Amino acid sequence: MGFADFFKKKSSGSVAKDRLKLVLVSDRANCSPELMEQMKNDIINVLSKYVEIDLDGLDIKIQQTEMEGVEGSVPALFANIPIRDLKSQKK
Amino acid sequence: MGEVIVITSGKGGVGKTTTTANVGTGLAKMGKKVVLIDTDIGLRNLDVVMGLENRIVYNLVDVIEGNCRIKQALIKDKRFDNLYLLPSAQTRDKTAVSPDQMKKLADQLKEEFDYILMDCPAGIEQGFQNAIAGADSALVVTTPEVSAVRDADRIIGLLEANEIKQTHLIVNRLRNQMVKDNNMMSSDDVVEILGVDLIGVVPDDEQIIVSTNNGEPIVGTDALAGQAYMNICRRLLGEEVPLLDLNGKQGLLSRLGSIFKKN
Repeated sequence: MGFADFFKKKSSGSVAKDRLKLVLVSDRANCSPELMEQMKNDIINVLSKYVEIDLDGLDIKIQQTEMEGVEGSVPALFANIPIRDLKSQKK
Repeated sequence: MGEVIVITSGKGGVGKTTTTANVGTGLAKMGKKVVLIDTDIGLRNLDVVMGLENRIVYNLVDVIEGNCRIKQALIKDKRFDNLYLLPSAQTRDKTAVSPDQMKKLADQLKEEFDYILMDCPAGIEQGFQNAIAGADSALVVTTPEVSAVRDADRIIGLLEANEIKQTHLIVNRLRNQMVKDNNMMSSDDVVEILGVDLIGVVPDDEQIIVSTNNGEPIVGTDALAGQAYMNICRRLLGEEVPLLDLNGKQGLLSRLGSIFKKN
């Protein structure tokens, strides 16, 4: 490795480590599509009792995320569920 | 009652078979009664790495199908006391045996052997399921490369899912100078990412190729890799052994040694 390269490029060892970490985030988050679909449907069913959901804008996924007090990353469910209308409450 | 250890990696070509041969031979040298089982049906290799390819009569599938007794299929390694090989079948495929049958076989062998080492095929399909079926613990082999570590991560997840309680990591083919130059992940990097216990680091050593060419395990020789494998065996038996210094000998002694060997 030349002198100039030393300043220009990150060493390939750390590049490898960073790439690996990124790949594993998505690998580890992978839960079976059927399970995700079931979970998604259940969430929709529960929420639909109370609000009207915009199904087209719905986005539910599991991602790795950093958490305070926990070493490394932990999986977390991210849900973006747009609401069309709050159902009027009857008493 | 013996212990069944599966040697696995996910990715092919990272050194599962070489590890099986050397760890098995090392344990036998330390006085344990060991049987090595090649579970890679259709692509058998452990026999040639061990140098026992000319002595095969019966194989794993013959035992499973009842064509012979277990004892008839076991090849005794004449160089080491207490070391046996159960070779795989070359002309069949992984569907010839089932995980249940493998578990039964492992349980039977446990009665007589201290260690049963299962050399697992690459991949995560039935061959893998067969190899881990009877296993009490696992040795996961990886090299410090993105692809190999990624596959090892997947394998570790699958081992956990299959309730294999103990998983140890071997980082194979480490090139110390490249790690120093920051051009290779260190064993610490790999351990940090995978989060399992390290049981040994084996340096990338030309002598491994020489020993495989000759069909002789390298474990227990002066070569750096030979020492590394011996250390792994000692740790398996519960000894506390510090990690091998990969700088020291490679520099002078073993290079000098290899110069003399060439002539």
